[in-house]
Amino acid sequence: MLRFIVRRLLQLIPILLGLSVLLFAWLRALPGGPAQAALGERATPEAIAQYNELFGLDEPLYVQYFRFLGRAVQLDFGNSTQYGRPVTDVFLERFPGTIELTVLAMVFAIGVGIPLGYLAARRHGSFLDSASVIGSLIGVAIPVFFLAYLLRLLFAVELGWLPGSGRQDVRIDATRVTNFYVLDGLLTREWDAAWDALTHLVLPAIALGTIPLAIIVRITRASVLDVVNEDYVRTANAKGLAMATVRRRHIVRNALLPVSTTIGLQTGLLLSGAVLTETVFAFGGVGSTLYDAIRLRDFAVLQGFILMLAVVYVLVNLLVDISYGLLDPRVRVR
Amino acid sequence: MQAPVLEVEDLAVRFTRRGEQPTRAVDGVSFSVAPGETIGLVGESGCGKSVTSLAIMGLLPRRGVEVTGSVRFDGNDLVDAPDHVLRGLRGADMGMVFQDPLSSLNPTVPIGTQVTEVLLEHREMSKAEARDEATRLLDRVGIPDPGRRLKEYPHQLSGGMRQRALIAMALACAPRLLIADEPTTALDVTIQAQILELLRELVVDSGTALVMITHDLGVVAGLCDRVHVMYAGKIIETADRHDLFTRPRQPYTGGLLASVPRLDSTRGAPLTPIRGSARDAIPWSEGCAFAPRCDNAQDDCLTEVSGSTVPLVPDGPGRELRCRHPLEHPSAPSGATASGAAR
Repeated sequence: MLRFIVRRLLQLIPILLGLSVLLFAWLRALPGGPAQAALGERATPEAIAQYNELFGLDEPLYVQYFRFLGRAVQLDFGNSTQYGRPVTDVFLERFPGTIELTVLAMVFAIGVGIPLGYLAARRHGSFLDSASVIGSLIGVAIPVFFLAYLLRLLFAVELGWLPGSGRQDVRIDATRVTNFYVLDGLLTREWDAAWDALTHLVLPAIALGTIPLAIIVRITRASVLDVVNEDYVRTANAKGLAMATVRRRHIVRNALLPVSTTIGLQTGLLLSGAVLTETVFAFGGVGSTLYDAIRLRDFAVLQGFILMLAVVYVLVNLLVDISYGLLDPRVRVR
Repeated sequence: MQAPVLEVEDLAVRFTRRGEQPTRAVDGVSFSVAPGETIGLVGESGCGKSVTSLAIMGLLPRRGVEVTGSVRFDGNDLVDAPDHVLRGLRGADMGMVFQDPLSSLNPTVPIGTQVTEVLLEHREMSKAEARDEATRLLDRVGIPDPGRRLKEYPHQLSGGMRQRALIAMALACAPRLLIADEPTTALDVTIQAQILELLRELVVDSGTALVMITHDLGVVAGLCDRVHVMYAGKIIETADRHDLFTRPRQPYTGGLLASVPRLDSTRGAPLTPIRGSARDAIPWSEGCAFAPRCDNAQDDCLTEVSGSTVPLVPDGPGRELRCRHPLEHPSAPSGATASGAAR
């Protein structure tokens, strides 16, 4: 098991190296470049040359790359041009927001999706079944930014039930400990701050959770339909077990194997930043930060964030693989 | 003769699907089993023998399936019994062993849990007691090192072990009726013999009534007291094992016996299979379903000539037959060769 984890972590190295080369080349290939972005479109060639010399951008690309790499391994991705602070600090401030959002979105998607998918399968061909299939098709097909706008318009602007932007009301003077706003509120016993941060999460989490929800419903339904026809479910019934035992131990347990993979992959995707949703709700997570960084050509933030998100994505996938081994003894790594 | 544990009378199973012609998988099947008795339900795949067993256990899906007739267990009819009554009987008083032991075991649950769950469901036992009992059961069905096996998963066991584990589960609560649906089909020949021997011992030891469902005449010869041969959903011949092997009356039974390779036949001599396949069967309402494949078939095997479908009628002591032109056996041959060859 430990060897498996170490091997997977070692695989991270070539992935990150390759990604960093691509990123570096891609950003340098963008029209304009860092100097133009920093000094504006009217900068004189002399000013640009001076800027490039100042930041070492006149040196050969491979020299720049290795200098970048040398700092990156020490988690130093330079300073953000838009915030004037180290990229790592910005990341540590913004990423907790995205984690909170992802967790709530997945809780919503799993909490609604698995029971709904199960019921749809057990009432195969019923109205509920058809409704869940059609509903999940709509859920997958609807553009997330459109849904986000609709939710915000209805529940924040028109009805005013929930806040429609930001991570916390600016009038709340909350103490920051971990940058997880809900957690901070709980840790410092500032209940109103925690509650306010939580209400700020609800709408974006629903918007963000819709696609995972739709996918989870469909996969759970298909998987349960498969499993109920398995011989071992017949065996369980032949043993005269109570329906609840058959359902829990023999149907759901096996039906959730493919669902768990989906949950892991979707969690990884959401963690790497929901650019559209976060932008609509002006939610200060990594998604909206990336959006701003692209708009303002904040290359340091782009490089740093994308590399760190890649690490997160690989780690989440590793967790999925490990959990799959725990769930299914047949693929348990030895 | 003790009172039968299970009496099946005029059992019929129809599969009805929306927009499709209903199909009769089982039609007018009657038989009974007494404690300590082993009966065989024999026939080709698709003849309705497995559906019969699932209907007895109440394991057929409720939707799209119509079960009529009666299945009396200890005199109580199970066909219309509510789900909770059936769940109370299954596992406790009637056990079932299935064909493919790998797919019949839950891959994500340890063997031990799959054995103890039956005990915990039907017996007043603590978890520790159930665990001890499970160890004892695995030991009884011949699984070595049962304590360790309890913690293992189905994929870690060999095919024979898995089938033994399934038998242990079916026998956990000492049922009075055991239905074994092709329990040896998925196993190696040597393992087959072991499993059959195990089943035989269990029947002898505990007086369990055993319904053996098989297409393998060797299994029948080795295990069954009485045999019911099924074809296209109906019983076409019933006889004691010895009579069936020595003097088969239904041409289909005769064909089954003849198609078994015999050790004493000339090398290179062609086998004698039954013509065609089970798909060539005609509906019983049009006559004898086997007629299209039968060498003895004559015009009156068809309803349009004879005016009635072929009935199942008594045919000598302890025998029943559904055939208008049965095989004749003028002088009874010695039974030893026929049954010996079938084994």
